[in-house]
Amino acid sequence: MTALSSGRIVRINGNMVTVTFDTPVMQNEVAYIRHGQERLKSEVIRIRGNLAEMQVYEATTGLKIGEEVEFTGELLSIELGPGMLGQIYDGLQNPLPEIAEQCGFFLQRGVYIKALSESKTWDFTPEKKPGDSVRAGDKIGYVEEKIFRHFCMVPFTLTGNYEIISIENAGRFTIRQAVAQIMDQNGKIYPVFLSQTWPVKIPIQAYTERLKPEEPLVTKMRLIDSLFPVSRGGTYCIPGPFGAGKTVLQQLISRHAEVDIVIIAACGERAGEIVETLRTFPSIIDPRTSRPLSDRTVIICNTSSMPVAARESSVYTAVTIAEYYRQMGLHVLLLADSTSRWAQAMREMSGRLEEIPGEEAFPAYLESRIASFYERAGLVRLHDGSLGSVTIGGAVSPAGGNFEEPVTQATLKVVGAFLGLSRSRSDARRYPAIDPLISWSKYRSIIEEGQRERGQGILLKGNDIAQMMKVVGEEGTSLQDYMDFLKAEFFDFVYLQQNAFDPVDEATVKERQIYIFDFIHRIIESEFVFERKDEALHFFQQLRQLFRGWNSISWQSDEFKKTEQEIRAFLLVRTREGKHA
Amino acid sequence: MHKIYTSINQIVGDVIAVDAEDVGNTELAEVTTRRGTSLAQVIRLDGNKAFLQVFAGSRGISTGDRVRFLGHPMRIATGDLLLGRVFNGSGRPLDNGPDLSENLVDIGGPPVNPVKRIIPNKMIRTGIPMIDVFNSLVESQKLPIFSIAGEPYNELLARIGTQAEVDIIILGGMGLKYDDYLFFRDTLEEHGALSHSIVFMHTAADPVVECLLVPDISLAVAENFALEGKRVLVLLTDMSNFCDALKEIAITMQQIPSNRGYPGDLYSLLASRYEKAVDFETAGSITILAVTTMPGDDVTHPIPDNTGYITEGQFYLKNGAIEPFGSLSRLKQLVNAKTRDDHRTIMDTMIQLFADYRETQEKQSMGFQMSAWDMKLLKYGQLFEEKMMSLKVNIPLEKALDLGWEILHDCFLPEETGIKRSIIDQYWPKKL
Repeated sequence: MTALSSGRIVRINGNMVTVTFDTPVMQNEVAYIRHGQERLKSEVIRIRGNLAEMQVYEATTGLKIGEEVEFTGELLSIELGPGMLGQIYDGLQNPLPEIAEQCGFFLQRGVYIKALSESKTWDFTPEKKPGDSVRAGDKIGYVEEKIFRHFCMVPFTLTGNYEIISIENAGRFTIRQAVAQIMDQNGKIYPVFLSQTWPVKIPIQAYTERLKPEEPLVTKMRLIDSLFPVSRGGTYCIPGPFGAGKTVLQQLISRHAEVDIVIIAACGERAGEIVETLRTFPSIIDPRTSRPLSDRTVIICNTSSMPVAARESSVYTAVTIAEYYRQMGLHVLLLADSTSRWAQAMREMSGRLEEIPGEEAFPAYLESRIASFYERAGLVRLHDGSLGSVTIGGAVSPAGGNFEEPVTQATLKVVGAFLGLSRSRSDARRYPAIDPLISWSKYRSIIEEGQRERGQGILLKGNDIAQMMKVVGEEGTSLQDYMDFLKAEFFDFVYLQQNAFDPVDEATVKERQIYIFDFIHRIIESEFVFERKDEALHFFQQLRQLFRGWNSISWQSDEFKKTEQEIRAFLLVRTREGKHA
Repeated sequence: MHKIYTSINQIVGDVIAVDAEDVGNTELAEVTTRRGTSLAQVIRLDGNKAFLQVFAGSRGISTGDRVRFLGHPMRIATGDLLLGRVFNGSGRPLDNGPDLSENLVDIGGPPVNPVKRIIPNKMIRTGIPMIDVFNSLVESQKLPIFSIAGEPYNELLARIGTQAEVDIIILGGMGLKYDDYLFFRDTLEEHGALSHSIVFMHTAADPVVECLLVPDISLAVAENFALEGKRVLVLLTDMSNFCDALKEIAITMQQIPSNRGYPGDLYSLLASRYEKAVDFETAGSITILAVTTMPGDDVTHPIPDNTGYITEGQFYLKNGAIEPFGSLSRLKQLVNAKTRDDHRTIMDTMIQLFADYRETQEKQSMGFQMSAWDMKLLKYGQLFEEKMMSLKVNIPLEKALDLGWEILHDCFLPEETGIKRSIIDQYWPKKL
């Protein structure tokens, strides 16, 4: 390649800069604006004639007309390799702790630091030998990263079959030392490193096939796992008005979900929320691995006051890292909070480009961008037969809490589960505020289907009766209907609602969910004998109190069994024929 | 020296365009007209054309007037000399005191690195039960007061401001009535708080562009104090005026509006201000309380809506009281476990019962028969409104919790409250 091309600034409008150029320029190419000592990263987003419009990933304060711009000839890429787990990156994969070391309290613009340490050495163990045939994505060896085997893979960019010419013996290597040489059919030789780079906006597809997501991903949130489940390799969205608890829910899922790796993309949201995650995760021990949660977490953090353009790239950075770990046969969960802010970043850029606006001034390509993002999730079979998955859960922050708005609607079209939060539930402090009357899931639940349907049925019925009671009053409601209403309320209170601040109640394992659901199912199916409504109300209030206590007792402890007996005895008194076993 | 340009070739709204060279984006300039000198800021550059928003407004600017670029962005003096002083939206004194130019800092500086923040952990006590018990205010929190015009939001803001235990209070007024300005000044003075306060005041009569600067100036000064280890409380009123000023400039610049005429980047513009609230590792903190008046009491209006997504909760002021529904402090859980171990129980139980009360009230208004349970709820609701919700109540947190148990005891049997037995045993009042 010849010398890199350059251009000059002719227009500055917010974070969009227009540049003239006279050598070829690529769409989505990365360029640096030279401003005194600073070099500001930017990306070409539109080319017209000899003018390239670029979004700048930094504040544009002080930039001047005529300043020089260097094009790099590369698409926006990140480096994938050992050392990402536990790290905190910004939207462009700059490690924030290292930036803090260098710059102190504030994020100085134009400071870019390598995502992976170039000096750290890793214990490499080869798994292939010279003469073996490999293709893109094949594992040739591994290093130990935290609790995982971090595989060294043939670069995803290569196509066709290659032969291993040489491979290093076990030993310590940095990511800049080649661990193997491979040769294509024409005799050209390529080195293989512990790390590789990949353009974030293109999916990694070095696998054999994509499979249907069928195995449930247990989040330990009862309302999700039992009624509106999510599968490994599936997608879900959590839309909700502000204050309904989207972020708390995402945080709980990130802590308890049964997956190998969690990638948290804090995209255009409050810094305070991510601070909580990054300060607490190193000290929370994951019961499954007995290691700190931070050992299995990567945080991509582009909070609302950080530059808007980098917000747009942060979700791509996050999903690319997720796909990379999937290539190792791991199950990865990507939590994006919030995709609305990402969509707004697109809207801001679209406005500056003076594109013809669609609904609510969002660009016309909003839907296709959202769809292609969620489509990067999936359960895949790798070349060596093992399975890996990326599950994507996106929070959506609809303007005015109105689910009819474009981002929510575009998201609903492409996800497999919809966990809609409602203001009325959160106002009534019924957390998690997922509204069982509007939510849905296309995945299979851990609860037997018939029981699940009857559970949801009683909720619908209870709601109908509650609505009716608002019109005809309690006195106009039959005792039978009133009982159903009480049962629905009971189910809601003791099962759907979960106390995130109770150490036991905050996470319910699969076995306990199945056991308790069955128990409640029998209560719902039971007939109770009451003379009057207030008698029934009082009975269910007491039952609720007993159950709530039960919820905060550890599963299968002696106290758990004792309380169970107590509840059974309490039920027996009022059940017709005492049939509740 | 700095070059002077005299070729103003466009004046639209408060934005002028001038042919100039070697101008930096967001650089400051001085526009000298027959009426005097005003500052102006570059907001867009196109070839050799620089667009500037003129702080004093464009009225009276002639195409032949002089524009002198200063070579730096907007700056503000900082430090102890500002204490007790009153300035306007461009940082000029309003109190006949001297002009200040010590420790100049750029306004709208870079964001804080998230890894340098700490989890907020200190409660700010206000003596208002609806805040202390139900939605505790936390140091470094950013919290708006949502209300409609006519509600006593400025009184509430001033009361929290003067009762809160902080080192420095910075008041940023935007589009205030002159009376309100005087009210704030007098209240601060009465409580002896003026000596550790700084006021940046933009009144409704002042040019609209100056309104845009108030949050940035206030927060830049606050940040400087916080870095020196001070705990700063920033009071902003009214952020809706700030948003309307943003809208005005955006429309003038022919930006495509997104929702009800507001610019598409309203969220980011508000976030970059509110996110200045911070608790620094090894230094001080900034807490932001801001009034957002909601046009037509509509929380889905773009201003309160975008604000709600940015801030850590909101106080919803309605009918002269802080409404339990719609009010939320997202950070309360970080502090209310350390106060008293019944704090969360009282908070959750009383609100759930109050929600039931509201439902019963609805039933009652429709003329339905009231059951015994309904009667209990009605009694409870009235006691709650009278003894807890009223803004007249001014008691410390512990007293408020005791009061909560008393109210519950007066209205219900223990099992009717749904409270766990262990806590009932410990706290349920024993008296008859």
